[in-house]
Amino acid sequence: MTDWLGPAEWQAVALSLQVSFWATLASLPLGIFVAYALARWSFPGKQILNGIVHLPLILPPVVTGYVLLLTLGTRGPVGSVLADWGVVLAFRWTGAAVAAAVMAFPLMVRAIRLSIEAVDPKLEQASATLGASPIWVFLTVTLPMALPGIVAGTILAFAKAMGEFGATITFVSNIPGQTRTIPSAIYAFLQVPGGEDAAVRLVIVSVVVAMGALLLSEMIGRRVAARVGGA
Amino acid sequence: MLDVSLRHKFAGFTLDAHFTAPAGVTVLFGRSGSGKTTIVNAVAGLLMPQTGRIAAGDWVLLDTDRTIRLKPHKRRIGYVFQEARLFPHLTVRQNLAYGAWFAPKSAPRESMSRVVEMLGIGPLLDRRPGALSGGERQRVAIGRALLSAPRLILADEPLAALDEARKAEILPYFERLRDEVSVPILYVSHSASEVARLATTVVALDAGRVVAQGPAHAVLGDPSILPTGARDAGAVLTARVARHHDDGLTELDAGGLPLFLPRVRAAPEAQLRIRIAAHDVILSRTRPEGLSALNILPGTIQDIRAGDGPGTIVALDTAAGRVLARITQRSAAAMALEVGATVFAVVKTVSVASGDIGGGAKRQS
Repeated sequence: MTDWLGPAEWQAVALSLQVSFWATLASLPLGIFVAYALARWSFPGKQILNGIVHLPLILPPVVTGYVLLLTLGTRGPVGSVLADWGVVLAFRWTGAAVAAAVMAFPLMVRAIRLSIEAVDPKLEQASATLGASPIWVFLTVTLPMALPGIVAGTILAFAKAMGEFGATITFVSNIPGQTRTIPSAIYAFLQVPGGEDAAVRLVIVSVVVAMGALLLSEMIGRRVAARVGGA
Repeated sequence: MLDVSLRHKFAGFTLDAHFTAPAGVTVLFGRSGSGKTTIVNAVAGLLMPQTGRIAAGDWVLLDTDRTIRLKPHKRRIGYVFQEARLFPHLTVRQNLAYGAWFAPKSAPRESMSRVVEMLGIGPLLDRRPGALSGGERQRVAIGRALLSAPRLILADEPLAALDEARKAEILPYFERLRDEVSVPILYVSHSASEVARLATTVVALDAGRVVAQGPAHAVLGDPSILPTGARDAGAVLTARVARHHDDGLTELDAGGLPLFLPRVRAAPEAQLRIRIAAHDVILSRTRPEGLSALNILPGTIQDIRAGDGPGTIVALDTAAGRVLARITQRSAAAMALEVGATVFAVVKTVSVASGDIGGGAKRQS
């Protein structure tokens, strides 16, 4: 495997996995929270929150990346505060993870929201009458019953993060070993003469990872659904 | 002793109910839409009424004057819903343990093994709710509510979603609950026979208001109430099993009068409650002779209520207790029935439905 992939290609694959893993893991709690809020609560500004969450899905990725650069760059309003604490995102792999997380967030929230909406509120009421406080109702009824959707949303978000290109390259550029993920690497290989072979190899890796993620999501989803659905 | 006082305005419906639920089973009885479920949901905390007070002694669940509105999970109420509402992702055992886990450790509670034995759900413990029948689900739901160490059990038409055979399967468990567990029960029903079998106290509701409350035999025997209509009228008698006869009949002793029913599965000396439907009672001015019906109860007419239709309800007091008869107004006139007159109530033995015979009438006053 390592012979088949050159060191630069291997680096891009490892970096992509690292970026996508952390992007997905770190945004999951917030994704579940936002999905729950959108599914179950009514509050002023709900439609605005819904819009903001879905914006990266509709905007050109380059625009999202540029907005990230303006806000989270070292001179941006949020970025400068983070820089004072020693956290720099621009042109780092952590920045690539943030870009991937933002781009994947709408897909994650959508899947989780749908699965939370499918949980019968009557079961949550039953749980409350049995003495469960709202947080326990969520942890023991809502969350386990929404698990198939959460798993699906997570894997979908991971696949999206693996493929993120526009926002990443705009926000954190295309630095080998730091921000050159698989899509950026394919793009870079295609810019140099004789890079086509490496690009094709990365394309194959992309297809395998994406396919694997889909199959895994199907398999886990089916297993969890069988457990939740009884029988 | 639970005191409930509620006012809540919905669009087109106002609930204004005040009643007291003593120990035993208090049945909220009325047509659908009379406000029964609203009351139970307010007691559970699933609905916050605009004004009201729900309290038992110093245990205050709701007092809008003092801005006390306990959250549902702090009320310690076991709620048996109409559709069971078991958690599909947990096994029966985990469902049963669910409420117990949240109950205060010091709370007096039933033991899992006793509840499992009482409800006969031992063989189901490792299954999931999806693999249970409707009746089994409802038994598990009763157990789950009971094991949460509740101070009050609510049951909202727990039999309504079941067919007749399943109803007959579940009712005895509620009777055992009433007779063997000290937790008071607030039970919603629109079925006269459920009321007759279970109720210690009946609270009759109509259009959001309490129209009568009191012991079951008094409320059901009052022809002026009839919360679900004259068609459902029927009085409740308490009787003792005297002996079983070889011809398949059981002889009961109801206040000194013999009463013959198709074989009842109860030991001699056991106390039973029997609901005699008003439309199964025939009245006669003279003691009938040469009649196939075995049960003849002499009594004095206490009340005659003409309905909107051709029927009329006659209430008479017999040595066995209050009996209601639904006859036509034409017959009442032809027989010159009047309050104070002596008549004979005739009840066919086979007309008493087995669903209308209940055991364990210990707490009936």
